[in-house]
This record gives sequence, structure tokens and C-alpha cells, in this order.
Amino acid sequence: MKKDRTVKLKLGYGKDVKEVELELPDDEPTPWDMNSKLEVIGKRHQKVDAVFKVTGQAKYTHDLNLPGMLFGGFVRCPHAKAKVVSLDLEKAKSIAGVKAILPMRPRRNRRNPTAEWSVRYAGEPIGAIAAESRQALEAAIRAVLATAKFDILPHSARADQAMAEDAPAVHGNRPNVSRRPWRGDVTEALESGKLKVAEVTARTQVQTHSCLETHGSVASWDGAHLTLYTSTQNTFGCRRQLAGSIKDLSESQITVISEFMGGGFGSKFMAGYWSIAAARLAKDAGAPVKMMLDRREEQTDTGNRPDSIQEMKIGVDGDGKIQAFQVENIGTPGIGRGAGVRNPMIYDFGKTAVRSGEIATNAGGSQAFRAPGHPQGSFGLETAIDLAAEKAGIDPLALRMKNDAHVIRTLQYTDGARRIGWSKRQKTGSQTGRYRVGYGVAAARWGGMGSPRAEIKCRIAPDGSVQIRNGAQDLGVGTRTVLAIVAAEELGLQPGDITTFIGNTNDPRGPASGGSTTAASISPAIRQAAFLASAELKDLVAAHLKCKAKDLVLAKGSVRHVKDASKSMSFKDACRLIRQGEISTMGKRRRNYGSKGTYLNGVGGVQFARCTVDCDFGIVKVDRIVALQDCGKVINAMTAEGQVFGGVIQGLSYALFEDRVMDRHLGHCINGDLETYKIAGPDDMPEIDAVLYDIANGGNNCSVVGIGEPTMIPTAAAIAGAVHNATGVRVTALPMTPDKVLEALEEGGK
Amino acid sequence: MKHPEDPSGVSRRGFLKGASLGVAASTVLGSARAEVKEASGVPDARLLKAADEHEISFVLNGEKTKAKVRTGHTLLETLRDQLDKTGTKLVCDFGTCGACTVLVDGKPVNSCLTLAVDVAGHQVETIEGMEQNGKLHPIQEAFCAEDGLQCGFCTPGMVMSSKALLDANPKPSLDETKAALSGNLCRCGTYINIFRAVERASKGK
Repeated sequence: MKKDRTVKLKLGYGKDVKEVELELPDDEPTPWDMNSKLEVIGKRHQKVDAVFKVTGQAKYTHDLNLPGMLFGGFVRCPHAKAKVVSLDLEKAKSIAGVKAILPMRPRRNRRNPTAEWSVRYAGEPIGAIAAESRQALEAAIRAVLATAKFDILPHSARADQAMAEDAPAVHGNRPNVSRRPWRGDVTEALESGKLKVAEVTARTQVQTHSCLETHGSVASWDGAHLTLYTSTQNTFGCRRQLAGSIKDLSESQITVISEFMGGGFGSKFMAGYWSIAAARLAKDAGAPVKMMLDRREEQTDTGNRPDSIQEMKIGVDGDGKIQAFQVENIGTPGIGRGAGVRNPMIYDFGKTAVRSGEIATNAGGSQAFRAPGHPQGSFGLETAIDLAAEKAGIDPLALRMKNDAHVIRTLQYTDGARRIGWSKRQKTGSQTGRYRVGYGVAAARWGGMGSPRAEIKCRIAPDGSVQIRNGAQDLGVGTRTVLAIVAAEELGLQPGDITTFIGNTNDPRGPASGGSTTAASISPAIRQAAFLASAELKDLVAAHLKCKAKDLVLAKGSVRHVKDASKSMSFKDACRLIRQGEISTMGKRRRNYGSKGTYLNGVGGVQFARCTVDCDFGIVKVDRIVALQDCGKVINAMTAEGQVFGGVIQGLSYALFEDRVMDRHLGHCINGDLETYKIAGPDDMPEIDAVLYDIANGGNNCSVVGIGEPTMIPTAAAIAGAVHNATGVRVTALPMTPDKVLEALEEGGK
Repeated sequence: MKHPEDPSGVSRRGFLKGASLGVAASTVLGSARAEVKEASGVPDARLLKAADEHEISFVLNGEKTKAKVRTGHTLLETLRDQLDKTGTKLVCDFGTCGACTVLVDGKPVNSCLTLAVDVAGHQVETIEGMEQNGKLHPIQEAFCAEDGLQCGFCTPGMVMSSKALLDANPKPSLDETKAALSGNLCRCGTYINIFRAVERASKGK
């Protein structure tokens, strides 16, 4: 029987320490706290799969070349809004090498085959083809499109077009713009005359995920069993979606494999129409089908971060306290759903009034993108705060500190100001030369505590080898390495002693990699699996050495008696005592312990930026970013730092370069490639100071939180603050390209 | 900025101009090259048609290699589809991202913009050829040690561009490293660690 026990923990950071007591069952290892002496956790570890990636041996879905494999592709509507008058997919079969076709009339039309088939964005798939070669596939797509007839309709491909009074409707007869009611009312406070009020409209752009490995899958049937190799953030979700989409196919008949994947950033949660089409075509053709989207398809039809317009008013009192904040947010999810903007957040805004809405457009639908809603909201609200500080004559950092009581962020503001050299910051607008240097600051909060959706298998063989298995995926952030590090700590080994398996749904279930929850979800389960395995091993050793199991510890590659050094044996020798095949345990993830027993709720982060603006050409050069991040307990200092770099760099890219542009006439995306949709490159890199706050928070047995997303939230806003400080004018729209900077300078007379 | 030269001594920009004229790209080949190519399976470059098939031979990672290609086939598709060298990645298909970078006669080229017939008789080095006697090349070691990789999709191209840099300039400054890698894009944001890896490898030399 499991018995509860009381554990006492010392949690916190630096001098801010909290002693807590927790009731935990016997099979839950004692959570790590500030007193834990850890051998492996928190050190810098090379990724266990790094060698596969630097040698080209890592096989991605993109690289698979199964015997007899066919190439799949899509027939896509070339018009932003149209009715399909006639489409003869059979035409594809006139091309030699075409093996299967798949009509893709949308479900909304399938119930009523006589209903009009409407296409809602340029590039919407209307059919799929599988052929023996890419050349045959391309020829077949051309042949089908050559005879297809479309009734081209007026579109609303851009937000400004969709918002116009007589705009063509995107969805049936529904209005394109939908707004939810106001929540709260601050009119009185703003008009009381007691507050300094700043008013601004901030705009952000559509950002595409631009994964280097495009979305795609290889489907292969063995009788009634489907194996789907796919580039995904959610192996188990893919399995469920496939089972739900293909008739007479159950989850137990599907294996989803994603050993290596080339980037997701939120866009790869679903099996997607490409996986379903690949599976159907493969079944029909009796051969494996590879369905990798091409670059243009990737940029235009796999999701994006919606744009936003944020109309704000902010009122600050004489003490620098924010007393009232009003915001009306609206954004464009294309034909999809969900363009939410997180504004307000982080600070104590006093009374708030918020209204949000969406604008439907004839463009590819939005998807989750690294901290959905947050970077755009951050840019908006931090813009308002900087303007309020200017109006109230208060230093923008001081204003933030006055309105943010978070313990960790409070430390980070001071720490970061010292690191970036905030004291060298000149008065906003006081510089006049061609090159002007500015400093900016912005903050973030996140959850990322993980969920119970993880189970881990731990197997120890009599030869001393250890396997840790989980079926979730590694996006490249080091999840596979986390399996090895956490197990090694618990078993007194090194990460290199552990063999890890990841990315196969035949292994125990794992989480979707979203919300920065993967490490935080799996780590406590890994620890428990290894803890249970070590208990079994201790029992064997205790019987052999005639001592008590509770006096044994696993450390430094051995099983040792805590008092009697003679009662000790190496881990390998201990494993030879295993008689029944192997030790095999399953670690389950408990719920997080909740706020009662833990140190903090909400993961804090602050970023500072120093930029040089070339005011003759409007070019913003980011010189330095200081990113201070609450990491919970750091598992691998090297990959934690890598997450901070990654978040900052994607944020910088969002701030200065990225912008999906829709053509107002044809309604096509006019920069659906990596040449004209610019992402930050090596030349654009600033110095980045990643400051990891390693915090024993007691949220779970490892104190792990995820940091992939919070690190991207404040970067653009911090850069915008620096540009403002340097130039004395505010660029209120992203990306801050030279044209916008020059326009702002001219308008502001700077 | 990286302006790798194509094996014939034509700059990338010049090559692009030529490529836009289709087969005309091949007409810029010097006569000396044409002789080499004749010996390596391609007759006279000036007479090629896009659909013509050729058996070319070249040196791939130190080994003499033959491939059957059409004039229009890129080096990238030949490597990936025919020779199973899938370490080299297709990403932008446009010469923008550098994920398909390989070395031709020691110089970095975008294999998505290079015709396979143009490497006939030349030395081609891919990520698979970096290891020597089962040991990682110091640049590969450095990428692992500095965590110069996340999803890993840009990594082979980054490693090849770094090799080209360090072969030509064993002690590059940070600015020289940035310039040499400016034709390579990473979406995960590993640049900082890649710079550190190049520095580590340069110190190890």
C-alpha cells in the first residue's frame, strides 16, 4: 500500500527562502530543493543526439526513401476566393507514373454534394495525387489545373480589405469583423483629469513559422497497420487525429514515428491534411507515399501568428502607479479561428477595460506560434507603458518596477539594469547625430509547469545497461537529453550511461510539445521511473549484502551503504543480481503540487535591449540583449541557455524583419519564400547575455518549468523601447523596418 | 558576405544569371573545364539539352562516384535521391538558406543551385564526408560541445560553411565568421552557439 509521508522542503531563490511541508506518497521521490546536492542536474551537457545531427546521420521525415515509395502532392486553387465549377482529378491518370488520386472536397460540402464548393484562400488544397516521380507528380498537377474551371469571386485577402464597409464576406454571409463585448469600463478614471493619459495604436504583422523542415509525412501500410513518419510536435495527437479521420482505423493500428523533426514552433500539433492524404493515397496505391510540402506551401498554408491592431489608453497617477488601462484588440486569423492578443498582462494595471475581436480574411489560417498572443500583446502594452512613462516624466524602468510586484522579476529588473548599463541611458530624444544609442526594457510571464500527461519506462538489464523510453517527440530543444540527465541523476550515473528512446507512439505516452510543457511534464515521470527502479535494485543489493535497503544510495556509478563503506558495489555488479529478466518500471506524472506547497506561481522573465539606430537610413541594429529568465530548476544549463538564445533571436527577427505580405489584387501571399520573407541571419546577431535564474520552486518533484515561449515574449518590445529612447519617436508598428523608422523620425521632427 | 564561386570560377550571382537562361549556364564553362568534363562523362557542355541523360563521374567524399543525371538535375537532388546522401537538406530551394551547402573543390556552393553535370570531374564534399577514420572532424566536435544545433536541419549546411571558412581562414574574427555564415539561416536561433563552435574549432587547430 502506498503511504503518505511528510517532506520538508526549502524553496526559493537567493535570500528569498520559503520552508514548506508537503504530504507525498511513498512512491514519489522527495522533490529537489535548495539543499539538494545534484551531480548531473543543472550542469552543461552535450545533447545525446548531437553527433547524429552534425554527421548528417539523423534521418528526418524529409530524408526517408522507402522502397517503392511514391511522391504525393496537392492540387491547389490558384484563387483567393472562388467556386469550383469543375475539377477532373481523373485527368491526372493520363500522366504516366500516376498511381493514385484523392478528391479533397471539404467536409462542409460533402454532406451536400450539390452545394457549391467554395475555396477561401489562394493555395487551398482541392485534390491530392501520388506518382512515381516528382516530375510525373508535377505534370499531373498541371494537367488537372489546366482543365479545372473556377468562378473567381471578389476576395478580402488583407485585413484592411476585410474591414471595409462593402467587403466581400469570407465565411458565407457572416460579417468579417466580430468583436466581443467590452469587459470593464475605465472611461471615468481616464477622464477624471487626475491621471496622465497616453493614447496609442500599436500594430503587429503576420509572422509565419518558417520551419526549415516543411510539414510532411511518409505513410506506409503493412496490411491493416499504418506507420506514419511525420514531422510533428505531437506524436500521440497525430495518432488520435488519424484514427478519427480514416474509417475503420483504430489508434492501436497506427504507429506514429518522429525521431528527428526540423522545427515546429507551434505549427506542428496536428496530423494535418497532408498526413491523412498520404495515408489514403498509400492505401489506394498499395505503396508508401511521401507527402512533404514545398517551401511555398510551407510559408502560406501551415499556419502563422495572426497580426493585431491594439488601440490603447493608459492612465498613470502622480506616484507612477498605473490606475487605468483600456485596450481594444483585433487580429486576423485568416480563414482559421483564434487571433487572441494577450493584452493586458504582467503588470498591475489597476482598473482595466478590454475588448477583443477577429477579422476573417481570405488567407491561410493561423496556428499556435511560440507563446500565442503574447509577443504581439507585449509589443502593444509595453508601447503604452513607455509612452505613459514619457508623459509622466518617469524612467520607464522605474515605472515598471512600481507596477510589478513579482518577486523574481523585481530582482531581474535590478540585475538586468546593471548588466545592460541602464545608467548610461540618455534622456529620450536628447540625441541628434546620425547614430543614436538607446536602451529598452520589457517583461514576460508564463506558466510552463507541465501536466500529468506523461509516462516513462525505465528498464535496467542485468548487464547494467539502462533504457529510458517515452513516445513524445524532441523538437531539437534537448528533450531526449533530458530523459538521460534526469534518469542519470536518480541512478547515480552519467547521461552517457543511459540509452534513450523518443518519438514513437509504441512507447509510453508523452505530451504534445506546446505551452513549454514537455520538459516539465516528462521530468517528474522520468524521476519517478528511475526512483522505482533504483528501489528494486536497492532491495536486491540489501539482500545480497545483508543490510537495509533504506541505508543504500545510488551515487557515482555505485550502490553504497551510507555508513559502512565495505557494503558497497558498483552499479554494474549490482545489476548482475537481477534474476527475473530485467528491472522494468513505469514512472507516472503526478499533478503539480499546487500553489500551497510551492514557491511561486508564474514564471518571470525580463529583457533589456541596447540598439544603435542609423537615423540617415532608418536601420536598427541591436547591439546587446540581456535576457533574465526564471527557469525553475535548470536541467541542462547548455540547452536552457539555447532556449533563451532561440527565443530572443526569434523575437528580434519578429521585431525587425518578418512580415507576410498579401497582394491586394490577386489575394496571393507575395513573399511565400525565404528570400523575400526575411528571417534574422548571422549578420543580424547581437551579443546575448542569457541569465538563468535556477529556482527550486517545488512545483513538482523536479521543480522544472519550460522556457521555450517566455523567452520570445518581451524581445520585440524591449527593442522598440530602445529605438524610442534613441530617437525620441515611437515606431508603433512591427516590423521596425527602415521605412517605418524614417517615417516616424520625419513625423516626430527628429 | 558569402559569394561562393561555382567550380567554373563563375560567381553565384553570375551563375544565377546564367541559370535563368536555362542550359546557357553551361556555355560559360571554360574550354579547359570542357576537356575535364569530357573525360568524366559529359560531352560538350555547349550542346546539352535539359532532358539529356548523362553518366557523370566525380569524387564524392574521397570516393570515385558515378551518377546518371539529366542536364536539369541539381546536385542536391542527385545527392539526396540517387546517392542517399540525405545529410544535405533542401529547405528554401532558392539559394537563400544555405541548408544545402556542400563543398566543390573546397569551396562552399548551394547544391540546390548547382547542376549535377557541372560537378563532373570535380571533388564534392558533403557532411557525410567530414568524419575521418570514424572520428568526428574538430568542427563537428565543436558544434556538439557548444550546442550549435537545435532541430538540426540547418546544421549540415552550417558545418560545411564553417569548414570552408576555417580552411581558408583558420583564425577568423567574430565578424569574419558572421560574414562567412551569412548565407546560412537557422530558425531555432542557434547562431550564437555556432559562432562559439567556430571559435572553439579555430582554437583547436
